[in-house]
Amino acid sequence: MKEKDQITRILATDCGSTTTKAILIEKRENEYRLIVRGEAPTTVEAPYEDVTKGVLNAIKEVEELAGIKILDGDNIIKREKSEGDGVDIYISTSSAGGGLQMMVAGVVDKMSAESAARAALGAGSIVMDVIATNDKRMDHERIKRIRTLRPDMILLSGGTDGGTITHVVQLAEIIQAADPKPRFGAGYKLPVIYAGNNKAVDEIKERLEKKTALYIVDNLRPTLEKENLKPARDKIHDLFMEHVMAQAPGYRKLMDMTDVPIMPTPGAVGLLIETIGKRDKIEVLGVDIGGATTDVFSYFQNTFNRTVSANLGMSYSISNVVKEAGLKNIMRWVPFHMDEKDLRNRIRNKMIRPTTIPSTLDELQIEQAISREALRLALEQHKTMAVGLKGVQKERTISDAFEQTSTGETLVNMLTLNLIVGSGGVLSHAPRRVQSALMMIDAFLPEGITMLTVDSIFMMPQLGVLSTVHEKAATEVFEKDCLIRLGSCIAPMGNIKEGQEAVRIKFDDKEFVFNFGDMGVIPLELNKKVKAVISVAKGLDLGNGKGKEVEAELEGGVVGVIVDARGRRPFVLPENDNERVEKLKKWIKALNVYPEK
Amino acid sequence: MAHSYTPGLKVTEKAIVKKERRLPLKGEVLVKVGDLVKADDIVARTELPGDVERLNLAGKLGVPPKEASSFLKVSIGDKIKKDQIIAESKGFLGLFKTSIPSPIDGIVENYSDITGMLTLRKPPKKVEIDAYVNGKVVEVIENEGIVVQTPATFIQGIFGIGGEVKGELKLVAKSPDYVLTKNDITEDLKGKIVIGGSLVTSEILNECVKKGVIGIVVGGIDDKDLKDFLGEEIGVAITGQEEKGVTVIVTEGFGQMTMAKKTFDILSKNDGKRASINGATQIRAGVMRPEVIVTYDIDTIVEESKHAEMGMDINSVVRIIRQPYFGAIGKVVGLPSQLQKIETEAHVRVLEFEFEDGKRIVLPRANVELIEE
Repeated sequence: MKEKDQITRILATDCGSTTTKAILIEKRENEYRLIVRGEAPTTVEAPYEDVTKGVLNAIKEVEELAGIKILDGDNIIKREKSEGDGVDIYISTSSAGGGLQMMVAGVVDKMSAESAARAALGAGSIVMDVIATNDKRMDHERIKRIRTLRPDMILLSGGTDGGTITHVVQLAEIIQAADPKPRFGAGYKLPVIYAGNNKAVDEIKERLEKKTALYIVDNLRPTLEKENLKPARDKIHDLFMEHVMAQAPGYRKLMDMTDVPIMPTPGAVGLLIETIGKRDKIEVLGVDIGGATTDVFSYFQNTFNRTVSANLGMSYSISNVVKEAGLKNIMRWVPFHMDEKDLRNRIRNKMIRPTTIPSTLDELQIEQAISREALRLALEQHKTMAVGLKGVQKERTISDAFEQTSTGETLVNMLTLNLIVGSGGVLSHAPRRVQSALMMIDAFLPEGITMLTVDSIFMMPQLGVLSTVHEKAATEVFEKDCLIRLGSCIAPMGNIKEGQEAVRIKFDDKEFVFNFGDMGVIPLELNKKVKAVISVAKGLDLGNGKGKEVEAELEGGVVGVIVDARGRRPFVLPENDNERVEKLKKWIKALNVYPEK
Repeated sequence: MAHSYTPGLKVTEKAIVKKERRLPLKGEVLVKVGDLVKADDIVARTELPGDVERLNLAGKLGVPPKEASSFLKVSIGDKIKKDQIIAESKGFLGLFKTSIPSPIDGIVENYSDITGMLTLRKPPKKVEIDAYVNGKVVEVIENEGIVVQTPATFIQGIFGIGGEVKGELKLVAKSPDYVLTKNDITEDLKGKIVIGGSLVTSEILNECVKKGVIGIVVGGIDDKDLKDFLGEEIGVAITGQEEKGVTVIVTEGFGQMTMAKKTFDILSKNDGKRASINGATQIRAGVMRPEVIVTYDIDTIVEESKHAEMGMDINSVVRIIRQPYFGAIGKVVGLPSQLQKIETEAHVRVLEFEFEDGKRIVLPRANVELIEE
């Protein structure tokens, strides 16, 4: 790889489960800027079954659009000097390879088993089943379950360090008896991660070392009041790369093409989100909604958390969004009357042909309705996972440990949240930016004052990995070309009578009034910040208490300042179908969300 | 030259088809390279370890785990019969003995002196795999299975449910847009694979199960009917494990969908022939589509049609795979390289499409699939 100052042309790709995206960055007049972007369907399907084909197709589009030569046949030209054909460095991220499916086992369902589930979920896995010694099942039932589910790996935990070993050894014996086989490839043993009582390690080895690929990491619950998930999560992550992601056809070939190791897409995006939070000392919520999975990243109370909702997405997993959210919840966002049968078929057809895109307004509105539910569910899952972990370790008091309701309060606080970053096809490629803003507002229901942004063309993954090799280039492109600032969103909490004055906003000798139940936009251009005085009706709260005035800085953007006076806690849509459609239409019109038909 | 990559399903009258037949666990391969096999021939077999039964030995004997093993009357690895006494406490002066009978036929697998649990295992289960299609063994995967190759008609569907079945194809639909009725599913279709038209409902599927129809190939199905038939909503598109008594292969998509003429014509030609079909679908990395295979005599010469590996070009025949005009077939007459604004206001790569009647429209390139000629 070249020296940093020698790098003037960077090619980066991200292989998603649906689309492969390539970007070209060049240093021009002493700053790094995005030049062009190309994309092509990801080629994991027969007859291609080779992820690099999609990569080459995306690069070809970059060549065509930029008018330069990058490829020599199937090879990327790496330039000797900083001129001529080719690029100086090629990097890639990937999320092709599908989801990770795990089983977790722990001694007590509400304690070590729950911690284990959180570790697995946090690492991006689907948890197929949780086995615990007190789960009221018979041993043979547990054994049968392990066998039939064929997980990609198992996380075994239980016991505090130095404590009694009987129960965790019993779980190991169940796994031993099940003699589980991995989903992929008859050739290798199923990975089992042991993250339990350190005193039981020898007994665990004795039982599992021969039959499984056993990995020992630090106990994820070393004492009753301490949770230490990181070692287990990291190990899951390593094994995921090794065993699951590498199953994507052509992946090994791609590894040879890149100059630095391929980074998993969510890992790269998370890196960026965490950097923003730390650098600007703000609370950030990031979301990346893909075809198969939706990742949520948060930085609250100086703690970074990431969850992957492995089966919520806009193409491969679109039917699962319907299954999880229910058709009714999806239909509530569709701004016209629609037959259930028709909607079901349309969603299924997207599932079986995941690379198609909406070409009519109706189709676009349906997809954006589904995305709201996918985003909402993903945030719900994130909230239950992003609980009081302080860095690596969580200190719980003994009483917390016994209560274990949903194990601690969530760190996610929509009121103190400063910034939302949306990413992923449906948000980044929405034809109007205000559509992305509204999708995020409807799905996340931000409270108080929150800045909304989107990743313009979905390049956060590539920039995340770039930041590990060339921070300057990554930062410059991120600030200037990647993040699109949509504008501040003002949303008071509470509910008052429909039509009553709800919010009054004053700045620069201007005054704007919004009634309860309405939405609206105050024009404020990009990069402009104003000090505003915002007063709310008696029953509403912007963070200072009910009816209390707030002085705050509002930031403009490509949309402007969005006022959402529809209420919170709860936010309600009319049950009546006609009323609901009318309301949606009214908000759409107020924000100029869609073209007039 | 302008071209575009577009995935498509394979629908070919004659192709060389290779099928991997693999055991879930290592075992014994029963054929060798060069052997001619019939679809029903068993080509590999293995034994799945039997189910496990765990017995709380220490608890039953009322002794600490470390001591319980001394009361065992059998050793690790021993074969045992149901009700055979496998452990017995000494009791008091030969009285009040606790005898523990084996709950199963099988073997003694192990005893843990930490948990006091005795693990017994039932006899192994035989697992056999057949060749699935007639053909020639071209590769043996040591201890795991084989690859069988044959000239065949090969049709991929877009979505399916149910696993592998073999049976005679029976043309029931009168045309590609035909909608099957209950009366079409007659007693004589037992054990056969029905070729339907544009729609199958849950009522018809239940009728198929009732009459013993083993498979159905059809253009479309309403998602609501699929849900009703399966009794649950499919979340992630990973199918093939359903045991509903009939394998369903959908060739076009959800809703009423006229079967592509080419698919219908090829299936019609094979009316009365024996086919191997599989509904297993995985729309994920390493996509798997459902399939219909009708093999030819092994010596049949096949000139493999050239797959459109290079992608789409002017005059390529394509099918529209998204609303509006879903299912329409026509040819590509323009591939502008610049992005164009469509109704949604999105700027996308488009193509100009000409219907069979000469009418032209512009639509996103992502919304067509190549039809192999």
